[in-house]
Amino acid sequence: MVPGESGIIAGFSDQELSFKLMEMGFLPGTAIRFNFTAPFGDPICVTVSGYDLSLRKEEAATVSILG
Amino acid sequence: MSAKAHVRIALVGKPNSGKSSLFNQLTGLNQKIGNFPGVTVDKRTGLCALSEHQTAEIIDLPGLYSIYPRTPDEKIVTELLVDTRSKHFPDKVVLVLDATNLKNGLLLLTQLIDLEVPLLVALNMMDQAAQAGISLDVKKLSAELGVPVVMLNAREGVGIDKLKQAMAEPGRTPQRKVFTPDASVHRVLTTINERFGVTGTYRAFQFLQQPQHLLSLSRDDRAFVEAVSREVDFFPAKYQGAETVIRYQFIQDLLDRVVLKAPHPEWKKDTYRIDALLTHKVWGYVIFFVILFLIFQSIFAWAQVPMDFIDHTFAQLSLWLSHTLPAGPFFDLLSQGVVPGIGGIVIFIPQIAILFAFISVLEETGYMARVVFLMDKGMRQFGLNGKSVVPLMSGWACAIPAIMATRTIDNWKERLITIFVTPFMSCSARLPVFTILVALIIPEEKFLGVISYQGLALMGLYLLGFIAALLSAVAMKMLIQAKERSYLLLELPTYRVPKWSNVGYTIVEKTKAFVLEAGKVILAISILLWVLASYGPGDVMEKAEETVRTRTELLPLSEGELEAHIAAYKLEHSYAGIIGRAIEPAIRPLGYDWKIGIALITSFAAREVFVGTIATIYSLGSTEDAQTIKSRLAREINPETGGPRFTPAVGFSLLVFYTFAMQCMSTLAVVKRETKGWKWPLLQLAYMTALAYLAAFVTYHVLR
Repeated sequence: MVPGESGIIAGFSDQELSFKLMEMGFLPGTAIRFNFTAPFGDPICVTVSGYDLSLRKEEAATVSILG
Repeated sequence: MSAKAHVRIALVGKPNSGKSSLFNQLTGLNQKIGNFPGVTVDKRTGLCALSEHQTAEIIDLPGLYSIYPRTPDEKIVTELLVDTRSKHFPDKVVLVLDATNLKNGLLLLTQLIDLEVPLLVALNMMDQAAQAGISLDVKKLSAELGVPVVMLNAREGVGIDKLKQAMAEPGRTPQRKVFTPDASVHRVLTTINERFGVTGTYRAFQFLQQPQHLLSLSRDDRAFVEAVSREVDFFPAKYQGAETVIRYQFIQDLLDRVVLKAPHPEWKKDTYRIDALLTHKVWGYVIFFVILFLIFQSIFAWAQVPMDFIDHTFAQLSLWLSHTLPAGPFFDLLSQGVVPGIGGIVIFIPQIAILFAFISVLEETGYMARVVFLMDKGMRQFGLNGKSVVPLMSGWACAIPAIMATRTIDNWKERLITIFVTPFMSCSARLPVFTILVALIIPEEKFLGVISYQGLALMGLYLLGFIAALLSAVAMKMLIQAKERSYLLLELPTYRVPKWSNVGYTIVEKTKAFVLEAGKVILAISILLWVLASYGPGDVMEKAEETVRTRTELLPLSEGELEAHIAAYKLEHSYAGIIGRAIEPAIRPLGYDWKIGIALITSFAAREVFVGTIATIYSLGSTEDAQTIKSRLAREINPETGGPRFTPAVGFSLLVFYTFAMQCMSTLAVVKRETKGWKWPLLQLAYMTALAYLAAFVTYHVLR
């Protein structure tokens, strides 16, 4: 994904992290928008479940996106 | 029904839900900081009069999103809410929800409902929700959840009275269930209920899910939980994902019915516009470093006036007391040990207050989360956190408030590393020591006529400390095995104007915590050091004046000079002097003699004491004038070589020693308070002293 793009969460590749992500509102089927990145490209800011969250690239990489 | 006269009410909610504002509104200045047993988390409690006959003890619990904790702070909440047998278990829980972002807070709410805790919802930030165009059917929300809901604007205090009324009512447990554990585990849940004497399926389920977070469980208890888990082939990850999905289905369904109007899409426009500037790849850093510089400058410079005032006042008080009180060891202790000791604690208050005013504003506005966002990548390589930047920079002014500021770092390992390396940052107390030594060994000349060598050396020392901090952080990152994974997952809240009373409460809270907790240790050590420097074995101290007078009979000394000689003689023959002589063999490889040894001992109180001790020991009286001390030191002869005592090698060796050595009892005390034990401060003391010793040794031998 690139900043400004939106998508739908499909699933996760890291189980331990997926619990945390789901609790924070990253649920399969939920819309997610990639807002912008920090100056060195990491971490990134996304909007999910109605709020803005920053997460590291490696954390974001465990989330797979539909379309 | 008669209500209990004294109830315990816990405030729970996600970070940024306005929980602290509410806590301040409810309790005012009736706040107390205590400890949760066995952990490093502060327990904030306060009293609140609910009605004429009823007071509540309010506990402000760390912010969290879910009953499954991510940080040590959050574990406290889990334990407190799950284990009904704990003496801290609240009579009622007030869950604070952010009305602008309801979805995000409801997960915890559904978990609390299933835990069957007496519950009350405070729907906060109603004003902002209205501004965002959000409209909610609050009655329906309350009916659907089976929990009373009070609307609130905690910042302005709107709705507080209603909330207090609701808090005064006897607690009711919610009757509905959102998530029911899988039928296959029901049988063992019943055995857990029986064994631990707790009620509720979901509560018992938590004993299965996370026994490691329930600190009160004995080894037997844990073995029991493990055994029953095996019996039904249960493992903690088995149902956790499904549980969250079920809860969010319920939440979405609920929101569909109670949200009458969603926020208009533009309401966060301002926040995004500010973010575009504050997280910009150039301006973001420029602004951040300007803010950091401002913080640094103010604790460095602005705090000086009140600090000088405090210093002067306590010195006067001490002097006045020693003239007024009758002579005797007890009164000496009071006027020269205790009073200056208290002064040594109070003197930190201006710096603490200023730093926490800034930090609190950064947190309140929502900017702190952006600081982490900007700095996370850079700091992570050193095992530090985005938030470590503020403590590290503040360390250049003073390590005491800086170490207290590490409280904002959630991850325990990153917090610990930051605490550990912050004292390497050259603080303002090193400056008097550096100034004299640099002036002594480096010529007052300029490189190419512009850059002063002395300035260059000073900058080099600051840099040296900074590099030591970063390298030590990397070393610690590799040495400490983290039990917890490091996450970022940090909410970027919408920007807000800070609420100034919250800033005030933070200042009061931090100052109180420092004075009451770290203060004890500082006072004890400073009295010990005073005793060591003022008393000696036998009657040598009583006879000091007589001895010196006889010895110097033939010298043309003025009364002032004589007094300076007596002071030097006394210090030399005090216990500190004896220890200074005793450690001489150990410090000789660094190029030091016993006189420097005494200064090393006494300056453990604080580095700048080095200057005063050196002045006393060289019979200069109580002067702190750098020029006088410098010229006296320059004349000092090393009896072994016949050359000057303070050669460049010795001077640099001392400079390096003071750059690395901990040499500050207040830092020791504050680390003890922040890590809630002696293990880390003592390790830190040992590490820094060893590093200082080695570095000074190498410096001395290379330059000799």
